[in-house]
Amino acid sequence: MRPGSGDVDYTLTGWKGGWTDAKSSEANLESIMLKPLIEKPGKGFWLAAAVLACIFLWGLSAWAWQVKNGLKVTGLNVPVFWGIYLVNFVFFIGISHAGTLISSILRITETEWRRPFTRAAEAITVFSLPFGASSVIVDLGRPERLLNVLLYPHFTSPILWDVVCISTYLVTSCLYFYLALIPDIALCRDRLSTVVHPARVFIYRKLALGWTGTKAQWKMLHKILGGMSVFLFCLVISVHTNVSFVFGLTTKPGWHTAVIGPYFVVGAIYSGVATVIVAMLAIRRFFRLHAYLTDDHFDRIGKFLLALCCFWFYFTFLEFITTFYGRETAHMAVFNAKFFGEYAWLFWTMFACCFLIPLPVLAIKPLRTVRNLAWVCIVINIGMWLERYSIIVPSGARPYLSWGMSHYTPSWVEWSITAAWFAGFALLFLLFTRLLPILTVWEVKEQELSH
Amino acid sequence: MEPENRRNLLKRLAAFAGGLLVFVPRAFASDGSEGEIVQARGKHRWGMVIDLDRCTGCQSCVVACSVENNQMLGSPEEAAMGRVIRWLKILPRTEGEGSHVRQSLIPMPCQQCEDPPCTRVCPTSATFMNTEGIVGQVYDRCIGCRYCVNACPYTCKFFNWGEPQWPAEANQSFNPDVSVRYKGVVEKCLFCHQRLQRARDKAREEGREIQERDYVPACKAACPAQAIAFGDLNNPESEVSRLADSHRAYRFLEELGTKPKVIYLREG
Repeated sequence: MRPGSGDVDYTLTGWKGGWTDAKSSEANLESIMLKPLIEKPGKGFWLAAAVLACIFLWGLSAWAWQVKNGLKVTGLNVPVFWGIYLVNFVFFIGISHAGTLISSILRITETEWRRPFTRAAEAITVFSLPFGASSVIVDLGRPERLLNVLLYPHFTSPILWDVVCISTYLVTSCLYFYLALIPDIALCRDRLSTVVHPARVFIYRKLALGWTGTKAQWKMLHKILGGMSVFLFCLVISVHTNVSFVFGLTTKPGWHTAVIGPYFVVGAIYSGVATVIVAMLAIRRFFRLHAYLTDDHFDRIGKFLLALCCFWFYFTFLEFITTFYGRETAHMAVFNAKFFGEYAWLFWTMFACCFLIPLPVLAIKPLRTVRNLAWVCIVINIGMWLERYSIIVPSGARPYLSWGMSHYTPSWVEWSITAAWFAGFALLFLLFTRLLPILTVWEVKEQELSH
Repeated sequence: MEPENRRNLLKRLAAFAGGLLVFVPRAFASDGSEGEIVQARGKHRWGMVIDLDRCTGCQSCVVACSVENNQMLGSPEEAAMGRVIRWLKILPRTEGEGSHVRQSLIPMPCQQCEDPPCTRVCPTSATFMNTEGIVGQVYDRCIGCRYCVNACPYTCKFFNWGEPQWPAEANQSFNPDVSVRYKGVVEKCLFCHQRLQRARDKAREEGREIQERDYVPACKAACPAQAIAFGDLNNPESEVSRLADSHRAYRFLEELGTKPKVIYLREG
């Protein structure tokens, strides 16, 4: 299909496996992939969708309550001015990077095991970004004045840089997601024309943009995706560095470090890859895609996660050894609050979730089973949410001049909106699995043909 | 790509890069508002000196400041959450250990930094430094992101967590020269800027230059111990300039390079 795709040197990427089900033909692949789009969703699907929708609506009404009364309905105070809204902001922007990383960087390097993961990874990017960006809007005292950022731009503000970066990232990743979808939309258009509602076929036809799979079209698609991969890679670095700038460029103790940029980038990719694994395991289980998402795939992505886990530890170590050795009073106050004081339980739980638990499970081969991977990835994501909390809140609570300690406990409004944002993200993903192929059919096909 | 096209593209890219080189440093050099206003530096540089040797910690300044600037009354619940807004607060400080413990009370208004960290980070220029060095706040432009509040190392900026509650009688007692703030915006000490406006108007009417005695902030006017001096730091003859040169003078968190224009005189 792709000219010269058989020439790829798989030894470079260490690919030795191959598909466990060697007999599965192209037609078989398509019918398996398209099955979730045709069959009537079961009771479980509707129940899950309804529960998620209810949580989301509840969170929206909590936000309405907050808009009416002001941020006094949150647990925020002096001096903890930023709380879990900002934690969610960093978290959601963070997991969005995995999508781009897996699909673009691994696409550039032609890493073979990426193939079944790309679609879901890109979907996670596109679905988590709106929740990340809106977390900041939720945090604003006057959300209706959001446009002032563009009407009266102040170019030295990292928030303006964030707005520029994140909106560029959102547009680019949506485009990238859509372009890679075109051949599969065309497949839906051709194969599902008699089985699904005509309205859906009409939408598939419009979205496929007249894709017929000619050589010229494939050439153009590969060229565009290749170019965009490089651009997106640069965007991932810049977006998350800018997110870290919101904290790192102030002189606040605990935030003001040079390492915070790469620390945030690594943390983002770490939690993002873990999210992709959880999503793919769920998909494999519900749609019985064991033939295409083999244990070997998960073993490889597990090793990748191990590398990220070690990087994450390295940056954490750098961050704290610098503070500890420097012994500056204000910085040590934050350090002590995290290591031994008020936030110790939070910090050490975070550290266990992000490093102590995942490390042995990912590093020791007999432990790196698919079942273990599933819960470890959930643990990592809990840890990474707590990591953002332990970066944002303790620094807020220990300013340079102590006006008396203040404790921050998120209120029910903040928890409701947080739950709603997670539910909304899951809901979008859930609906997506029923509307478009969840694995990149054409990329998996390329792989099959080359064997 | 045709060579001709490529050359044009390169030319355009070079022009764009050149433009960035010119524009970006300017944006960073600005003090937080439109470049041309900042470059025209005002004649005066208003500053304050607080003599901690004279200060008794009576909090008259806190009360005078609240009344002058229509600050929220605040409920006990708000006080418990640390959400009551007082532009001028008393910072309690404990120094020493064992039997040599010394408690001091330090009145802290906005430190009116010469290089303010808060104006740099504001995404909408809602906080800025004016020509005479006073850090201002545009309530109607503020989006309430609280970035400036976080960037201020002195914790001297305040956020309206909710709509301030006023008893009906307050309508008669508001200072008409100061706007009443609303929920979701940031506010701070402005060196009683309204008094500067009034002093300027008066001087203009009388056809003379503004003088230091025309402009007295509420906290200074109220201080029974005369611990607060206020005036023009640009004028070497002024009381503040003289006191700022005292060997007892220091600024808070000087090491951060914010260059505050509120200067303290150490207890003797």
